[in-house]
Amino acid sequence: MVQQFPALIIIIPLFAALITVPLGSFNRRFCHPWLILVMAATGLMAIALLGQVIAHGPISYRMGGWQPPWGIEYRIDELNALMLVLITGAGFLGAIYSGASFKKEIDGRQTMASSLYLMMITGLSGIVITGDLFNIFVFLEIASLSGYGLIACGGNDAPLATFRYIIMGTIGASCYLLGVGYLYISTGSLNLMDLSRLLPELYHTRVILTAGALMLVGIALKMALFPLHAWLPEAYYEAPSTVSGVAAPLYTKVAGYLMIRIIYNLFDFHFFTEIFPILEVLGWLAIIALLIGSLYAIAQTDLKKMLCYSVIAQVGYIVLGIALANRAGFSGAILTIINEVCTKSCIFLATGAIIYRLGDSRITSLGNLFRRMPITMLAFTVGVFSMIGIPPTMGFFSKLYLIFGCLEAGHWSFIAALLLSTILNVVYFFRVIKAACFEDPRPDYQRTEPYPEVAVEEAPASMLLPVVAAASAIVLTGLGSHWIILNIIRPIIPAGF
Amino acid sequence: MLEFVISKYNFWIYVILMMIGLYAMLAKRNLVKKLIGMNIFQTAIILFYVSIGVKKGNVQVPIILTEHGHLVKAIRAADYLNPLPHVLMLTAIVVSIATTGVALAVLILIYRRYQTLNEDEILAIRQQRRETGA
Repeated sequence: MVQQFPALIIIIPLFAALITVPLGSFNRRFCHPWLILVMAATGLMAIALLGQVIAHGPISYRMGGWQPPWGIEYRIDELNALMLVLITGAGFLGAIYSGASFKKEIDGRQTMASSLYLMMITGLSGIVITGDLFNIFVFLEIASLSGYGLIACGGNDAPLATFRYIIMGTIGASCYLLGVGYLYISTGSLNLMDLSRLLPELYHTRVILTAGALMLVGIALKMALFPLHAWLPEAYYEAPSTVSGVAAPLYTKVAGYLMIRIIYNLFDFHFFTEIFPILEVLGWLAIIALLIGSLYAIAQTDLKKMLCYSVIAQVGYIVLGIALANRAGFSGAILTIINEVCTKSCIFLATGAIIYRLGDSRITSLGNLFRRMPITMLAFTVGVFSMIGIPPTMGFFSKLYLIFGCLEAGHWSFIAALLLSTILNVVYFFRVIKAACFEDPRPDYQRTEPYPEVAVEEAPASMLLPVVAAASAIVLTGLGSHWIILNIIRPIIPAGF
Repeated sequence: MLEFVISKYNFWIYVILMMIGLYAMLAKRNLVKKLIGMNIFQTAIILFYVSIGVKKGNVQVPIILTEHGHLVKAIRAADYLNPLPHVLMLTAIVVSIATTGVALAVLILIYRRYQTLNEDEILAIRQQRRETGA
């Protein structure tokens, strides 16, 4: 049974997505428990896979029994197993959250939304689990197509935002596909492991150069790396709360995972430092992304829009870690991915709970929120601490490793930019916390009489629970960061660092 | 130069098609035209893949004849077209159709909301609605 987990973890949500439609048209109320059940099953399988990989080393699963490189190989090492746990974990929290949230925001369309939700999880898990480049393209499109559908369910301007996302997403996927085509012409293989063996002899040909460039551009588009980020803020802002609470933590991070695979596993990273010196450029783009993203975030007056720009800034951290091409930088990139998934689900889900109660998310309307929704705001504050990088949250360790990486690479200007962006984080997040602490943004300091009592009105328990769970995940991963580095990151550090 | 162009004409065709698609996506203000541009872009890549599986000369489609479980004749890879890129493109065509379908559905939503498909007009309407607070 355990041997079949790599296939089941894709097949179960895929078929469950199809079953959701008749089940939901029978009775719409079945969708929510069904979603939780399926996500719990896949989540447990992902944890079992991670345990197995840590204990016995990488798993190679042959789809249909065909030998690689001819057949499709699912290759699971520590990195994919970790990504699977993150994806199914965030998906599980989103599934619990979806019941009340879908009912409030897209009542009557829960069946299709739940079906698409499972499709999205299928696509995202597929991207990380497969070891076949064309298969990655197919799963990339499954994830994107279901994402388009889910985002289009959202607010007033959602369709226009979705259309822009469709155009940009398709260009990205097409560029990636073209790059894969070039690799196929020159080697005749699509298997990632096989290609990494065949490619070094061809590093000096122009075809491989073009292929590498096209694939990186395609992934950067999907990842919303500055200057290719324009589609992201609008799309995630307009999406329903559940969708933005799952898509924002996952999509860009899965693309980040792909970038790690392409730069360090498919190619040797020396290719990108010596023959085709793109890592230097990526590093500077990352720095610009994390500064520009933070500056845009400061300019926003709406909490959810601000978080969307914060996603763009965080993509900068991941790419920076990848571009440093040393031990600490690589660990920093992976720790940032873990931190981002936990933190962004916590903050986006908390924001969804706030929107559920207040009806909008303008920062000026958040007054007194610490008294009205104490638990949500407490979880939100934990998320903010992790975004800024206050120990013992995960954000502290990820930034620490990025700074070590910059030191090792001798990039002092990068360290300055990192610290500056941390200060910008403080500026834009504490603005929110300040607004939520006081009744009035400019409190009357001469006031002597007590403030009026405020009734506590939290979001329903099914929405509160995922927020609290994500917040505790931030602290737990932070406390367990040593274990993560030892057991998960150390075995996958590429040779040659 | 001319010989260089002619000997690799499939690549030139796909690059030209791709650029037409990219131009339409970037420059056209009508959303349906943008979608058509996206389709041309995808089709260019499909054509590129299909063309790389083709060989010149006396080659067949890969139908391998067997009699009583044995091959009729020995297989030489050089005698057959490469079927793999074509098979991959079957999947890519399905993906591109699905994308077009989703995009058309989204366009219907956009038209219902703004009564137009011109991007400039939509942005003007949005600005107007935001100012009036609707």
